[in-house]
Amino acid sequence: MEAASTTSARATPALGVARRRLGEDAIRGLLLLAALISILTTTGIVLSLAGEAWTFFQEVGVNDFLFGTEWSPIIKPQSFGVLPLVSGTFLVTAIALAVAIPLGLGSAIYLSEYATPRVRKVVKPVLELLAGVPTIVFGYFALTFFTPNLLIDILHFDVSVFNALSAGIIMGFMVIPTVASVSEDAMSAVPGSLREGSFGLGASRLQTSLRVVFPAALSGIVAAVVLGASRAIGETMIVLVAAGQIAELSADPRNPMYTMTSYIAAIGKGDLATGSLQYKTIFAVGALLFVITLVLNAISIRFVRRYRQVYE
Amino acid sequence: MTDVTAAALEQAAARGPIGASPGRARLRELGFKALLLSCLGASMLLLGTLLVTIGADGLSRVSLDFITEYPSIVADKAGIWPALLGTLWLMAVCAGFIIPVGVATAIYLEEYADSSRWYNRAIEVNIQNLAAVPSIVYGILGLAFLVRGPLSLGNVVLAGGLTLGLLVLPVVIIAGREAIRAVPPSIREGSMALGATQWQTIWRQVLPAAIPGVATGVILALSRAIGETAPLIMVGAAVFVTSEPDLMSRFSALPIQIFDWISRPSNDVNDYAALAAGGIVVLMILLLGMNAVAIWLRNRYEQKW
Repeated sequence: MEAASTTSARATPALGVARRRLGEDAIRGLLLLAALISILTTTGIVLSLAGEAWTFFQEVGVNDFLFGTEWSPIIKPQSFGVLPLVSGTFLVTAIALAVAIPLGLGSAIYLSEYATPRVRKVVKPVLELLAGVPTIVFGYFALTFFTPNLLIDILHFDVSVFNALSAGIIMGFMVIPTVASVSEDAMSAVPGSLREGSFGLGASRLQTSLRVVFPAALSGIVAAVVLGASRAIGETMIVLVAAGQIAELSADPRNPMYTMTSYIAAIGKGDLATGSLQYKTIFAVGALLFVITLVLNAISIRFVRRYRQVYE
Repeated sequence: MTDVTAAALEQAAARGPIGASPGRARLRELGFKALLLSCLGASMLLLGTLLVTIGADGLSRVSLDFITEYPSIVADKAGIWPALLGTLWLMAVCAGFIIPVGVATAIYLEEYADSSRWYNRAIEVNIQNLAAVPSIVYGILGLAFLVRGPLSLGNVVLAGGLTLGLLVLPVVIIAGREAIRAVPPSIREGSMALGATQWQTIWRQVLPAAIPGVATGVILALSRAIGETAPLIMVGAAVFVTSEPDLMSRFSALPIQIFDWISRPSNDVNDYAALAAGGIVVLMILLLGMNAVAIWLRNRYEQKW
């Protein structure tokens, strides 16, 4: 009798009784743990940069670092003014943007306002392919083809073998897919009714693209450009390979030039002793780089959010 | 802009505003279109030139010996074998890290996380930011935390693979989330209605339906990782490796080997530039192969609900 009643109780599950399942909770916990790895990564980045940078700034003054115009971490007399690295970074980035903004926006307007679906289907993968080329390959191309064959032989530019101009232009092409795809998203998000209104008033497609769609998508376009700038500032291999390694406060793009990233990589290549002042420069320059890109990303995210709010 | 009305309106507009000469308006219109096309054309031209130059410099250098030989000072004898193996090892470690962690994070954010809680929002914003951190900063993280410092693994495959894994993790998470979001709620509701628990629903219904999208994301992440050079420089990848690598040994990798050859001055006897181009050809073939698989997966298994 006893046994029979237990089996029948087991056979009909109790309806309506919510029983917590330990297994389900454990799985949820494990998944949360995995999600926390990304938080841990950020924490790790901040701790590693801040920790060593802190000890660096106990030996070198913050002002000497941020506003000094001499960068000579190894050759004596040592000097740790980061401005030459920062100016090199900004110069190469400016050249890259001078290439990527017109070409990227032109491509985006074409894809969003003119291209037929069939053309888009052909062109989009080309841009994706361009985005997928490893940057070391771009660096090789800049150093062995673009500088000697195009800049020197064909255009007769008076540039060094390693120069900021070549690295910047090629980096511009690396950034084009970013600028084009983010700004095309923004233009495609502009409602068709705006275009119809414009056509209805007698505007041509050119006028509609430039005076209606472009201003309407402006916040997304700004986001695209800022994101492109952040990509350019953080790029290492093209400059390391093609722009040479001289830390000088100079605005002449025909000369070799260090950037923040290429300095970090160049000095990281050697096996530096942990705790040496040279080793610590990696973290001080890295921290500055991290802060700059973080600020740019925050700006870009804010602008993307703005156009999403308006049209979606 | 496929609307019939829009097309008609635009045709009317192309005739030009009343009073203006229609010929000039059309000319300007054509000129603008040509300008936009040349913007796209510039990218294509550059990509084409790049592929042709590298093919011309490197194809003749690629041979079976080039694949199976060890690096050498003598350019004619040098090969990429340890670098190729190192790259494959790195990809294995990277995949072993990003698949479980990336998919688990994507499931958590899509299926469990209540986005009104601050910590879930923090995780989302954080992933967005991580996706835009320069790769060299991940290299610094790898150097300070994995190679030296807390974990002190040394300059080994495990440290390099994990560094690359952290770098491309956001790619997997973002792609995984999109794939999971694309599975319609009715599938989940049907499963739940039949008495399945939430995890049973995810494991047996949602995840299988999302696998093509997840797999595409993983392959794209690996194809980003395979060409990364800067983080590997930071974690101390070696150039001259004379034995086959394993998980806890020093390692080289294809992009590192290419970088080393690019850095050496070439001369008549030793054409290191050609070696670099040969290495790039192999790297690009691997990359294109991975992308082809990703595209095939997307087209073959893409499900329309």
